[in-house]
Amino acid sequence: MNEFADAHRLARRTILKGAVAGGLAGLGLGAFPFPAFADADAKEWPADAFKHKSEADTLKALYGKTAEASDKVSLDAPEIAENGAVVPIAVASTLPNITGIAILVLENPNVLAAAYKLPAGTQASVSNRLKMAKTSKVVAVVESGGKLYSVSKEVKVTVGGCGG
Amino acid sequence: MPTNTIRVRAVASGDTTEVQSLIRHPMESGFVKDSKGQLIPAHHIEVLQFEHGGKTVFTALWGPAVSKDPYVKFSFKGGKKGDDIKVSWVDNKGESDSLTAKIQ
Repeated sequence: MNEFADAHRLARRTILKGAVAGGLAGLGLGAFPFPAFADADAKEWPADAFKHKSEADTLKALYGKTAEASDKVSLDAPEIAENGAVVPIAVASTLPNITGIAILVLENPNVLAAAYKLPAGTQASVSNRLKMAKTSKVVAVVESGGKLYSVSKEVKVTVGGCGG
Repeated sequence: MPTNTIRVRAVASGDTTEVQSLIRHPMESGFVKDSKGQLIPAHHIEVLQFEHGGKTVFTALWGPAVSKDPYVKFSFKGGKKGDDIKVSWVDNKGESDSLTAKIQ
């Protein structure tokens, strides 16, 4: 009688374990993504902001506001870019609480070249290399304390960066 | 999926870590024509992310105007020699790559 009860209990336990495991697998918990360690996600890409042809429309799409000129934003770009396909550009700012930096090339087919998100603790400084189709004003925009500040510089391009 | 496209050098100095990264990627703008006069379709990284200590320290949102084999440099507070820093990117075709490196 005892052996029968034990065997019955063992069988029930096995079936229950199987059911729970099956249930969990059904919920897909085996592949649950942990946001803190998630890789770059294409959903973050602001597709619309990359389509505009004017500074105002681009900033509206990207940040929902417009920028005011500031001497606390620095834009390091060559006077003359020999190769428009690779123009080294750096942006930095001494403004407080900077959460974003964007770089626009006004004569490019679409003016937004790059945008950066800076969490607290990340310095307000970025260096990158951009393509410029032709001589153009380059605008660096910084988001500080929820407002936008910008500075611009004209960069001459001898050989256009669009491969043409 | 492409592999080994990411090179990163992260150096901790005091309480700041400076990160430089070079990614091998064609960054086709979509405006260039091939020898037959056909437009080469746009193929560029859209999002590039750097993580340290379980949190994102920098996100780049890139368009086709970022140069081929893109380079980026930035700095963040925190990070010490031996810590992991993870770099990952995804492009407009859904391709991606990632790399975990040590801060020097």
